[in-house]
Amino acid sequence: MRLTEDHHAFRASVRRFVDVEVNPHADEWEAAGRFPAHELFPKAAAIGLLGLEYDPEYGGEGADHSYQLVAAEELGRMDSAGVGMAIGVQSMMATPSLHRFGTPEQKREFLAPAIAGESVTSIAVTEPDTGSDVSRLRTRAVRDGDDWVITGRKMYITNGTQADWVCLLARTSDEGGHKGMSQIIVPTDRPGFGVSRTLDKLGNRSSDTAELVLDEVRVPVANTIGEIGRGFQQQMEQFIIERMFAAYSTVGTCDKALERTRAFVHERSVFGGPLASKQYVTFRLAELQAQVELLRSHNLAVCEAYEAGEDITRLASVAKLTAGRLVREVADTCLQFHGGMGYLEETWTARLYRDVRLASIGGGADEVMLQVLARLDGLPA
Amino acid sequence: MNIVVCVKYVPDAQSERGFDASDNTTDRENVDGLLSELDEYAVEEALKLVEAGEGEVTVLTIGPEQAADAVKKALQMGADKGVHVSDAAISGSDAPATSLVLAEAIRKIGGADLVLTGMASTDGSMSVVPAMLAERLGLPQVTFASELTVDGDTVTIRRDGDAASETITASLPALVSVTDQINEPRYPSFKGIMAAKKKPVERWSLADLGIDSSQVGLGAAWTKVEDVTKRPPRQQGTIVPDEGDGGARLAEFLASQKFI
Ligand SMILES: Cc1cc2nc3c(=O)[nH]c(=O)nc-3n(C[C@H](O)[C@H](O)[C@H](O)COP(=O)(O)OP(=O)(O)OC[C@H]3O[C@@H](n4cnc5c(N)ncnc54)[C@H](O)[C@@H]3O)c2cc1C
Ligand SMILES: Cc1cc2nc3c(=O)[nH]c(=O)nc-3n(C[C@H](O)[C@H](O)[C@H](O)COP(=O)(O)OP(=O)(O)OC[C@H]3O[C@@H](n4cnc5c(N)ncnc54)[C@H](O)[C@@H]3O)c2cc1C
Repeated sequence: MRLTEDHHAFRASVRRFVDVEVNPHADEWEAAGRFPAHELFPKAAAIGLLGLEYDPEYGGEGADHSYQLVAAEELGRMDSAGVGMAIGVQSMMATPSLHRFGTPEQKREFLAPAIAGESVTSIAVTEPDTGSDVSRLRTRAVRDGDDWVITGRKMYITNGTQADWVCLLARTSDEGGHKGMSQIIVPTDRPGFGVSRTLDKLGNRSSDTAELVLDEVRVPVANTIGEIGRGFQQQMEQFIIERMFAAYSTVGTCDKALERTRAFVHERSVFGGPLASKQYVTFRLAELQAQVELLRSHNLAVCEAYEAGEDITRLASVAKLTAGRLVREVADTCLQFHGGMGYLEETWTARLYRDVRLASIGGGADEVMLQVLARLDGLPA
Repeated sequence: MNIVVCVKYVPDAQSERGFDASDNTTDRENVDGLLSELDEYAVEEALKLVEAGEGEVTVLTIGPEQAADAVKKALQMGADKGVHVSDAAISGSDAPATSLVLAEAIRKIGGADLVLTGMASTDGSMSVVPAMLAERLGLPQVTFASELTVDGDTVTIRRDGDAASETITASLPALVSVTDQINEPRYPSFKGIMAAKKKPVERWSLADLGIDSSQVGLGAAWTKVEDVTKRPPRQQGTIVPDEGDGGARLAEFLASQKFI
């Protein structure tokens, strides 16, 4: 798959958006523990960032998936990873099921404002007791006439304090295991819906992450996305898209970190010469950049297979696993070559080092990717 | 209201820029170029005016093959159509010749209610093309606008000087050059990028404009660059250690450099 001039033009616009609308505020938002999503999202929407692949009927751009790849790479270059993640949640984690399985009425009411950046959304799957093993989740929606009455707790929810609606995964029957779950759109202004606490995190500090409590929250059964009882399966497909965002954005994060470090090693001198005169240093940076190139190529293969409608479970899981490990190695190495300065909060390497730790946990931990891959290889896992 | 915006394709300031050794003109072959950033403000202002009322924005550039990129960028931002004047004979033209070609192109476009330009190009940065162009078109020239409003048949601008701000009103049609204080240029949206592919761009040669090639190019230039010297590398700064007399020594240094 080859990117065209149009992709490059769009990339330039996303980069400009990041440079003008995000980076100047990064330090302030990091310190505040949140960014103003309702102010920023309309600006992201204005260049098409929040509905690239979606139907123009609902304000989407009708672009093919490759533009999503370009957008995610650029969001990965941001000085504040939490903001990029929040945009990723809105465009590639909380809304894909709604676009794919939702009714026209649901899309008009919930998808269109999300694409326009007027609504902020969350994906609510993880619970205090279970994350990796989604089959054990306990949040329960009980049917009462035309309503669901939902009770439960959701943990680590990105955009959690600012969301206007969440795409919630809940049990809608007592079958247990993978069966009997449904995806339900829950507006956050319903009685019984609350944010029990915002969570103080190691990294991605500009993003608000919250614990949500649902105490007999009533929403219409008409808010169910797709088929009642197929929520787990639909969410697994939505997770695949989330993995792609993680892998695509990582390439941007690594590129930027390595670019900055290459510039730095020319300036810093040790033992009478620039750091760049040490072959160990240049080889290490070249080696990491080479691995980034492999991930970039792999991502293009993921993108192409996805566009062709193939099952990309294996490709996307390989991408997510590789990305999580690589970006941590890159952040660690970049910090190392900056020495003591790299360890200071005032140097970009410190924030990056903290931020990238999430890459091997969120969106499916490394071990969960390995479990998926081992099973595909016919191994017990 | 129909607006023509003159935009220049310039070497990217981020890349290594240099001169063509054979004739001391700016080397435009071996560098990446782009729409002059200062001209983005003119495009933005035109788009805002047309969006608030009606009419069309035409972008006009004179430049080599690659200058089509500058037109394209303006179309992606939202301009309606483009005109690209390109002719080997134009290479090496100075400001009088550039303004001559621009003037003839604007006549061929059918004139405009408003001609907008940047305050200066980011490469030549002479700031004279707008004035020369206004003269050739017989239009009032209102330069360095940091604010612009159109009301009926007049345009009013604010020009910020060191000591005072002037408010200037001119009758339309007029030529206005705008500064980088006037607005915040938009960046192309996905829809804008796709829409630009379908917008019309005219390609004109000197013959199309009825200009004889002897009137333009290096040969017709009123000025000539005789010699080019690279700026010497920056000198090491002077460090004044403070041994109790730091103030006096600083003053001494400033006086020796004739700063005070
Ligand atoms: C900043 C942040 C934002 C988040 N945003 C969201 C969000 O918006 N929405 C949402 O629903 N969730 C979100 N999460 C939750 C995230 O998806 C989970 O943390 C993740 O899936 C892991 O689940 P867990 O924390 O329950 O860990 P557990 O499932 O308890 O796993 C703990 C550890 O056990 C190991 N492990 C897990 N499974 C296996 C296995 N099969 N074999 C061997 N080892 C294994 C892994 O190392 C894993 O890290 C977010 C988390 C963070 C930290
Ligand atoms: C290093 C150098 C060497 C030069 N050598 C010579 C030489 O040897 N002989 C000589 O005669 N001249 C020479 N020139 C002048 C050169 O040709 C001018 O750059 C050109 O005429 C336009 O002037 P400007 O770029 O300063 O435009 P400005 O007057 O600064 O431009 C103001 C505005 O006019 C408009 N505009 C300017 N150019 C165009 C264009 N091509 N298409 C559309 N709109 C435009 C834009 O809106 C722009 O914002 C040289 C310039 C430089 C920088």
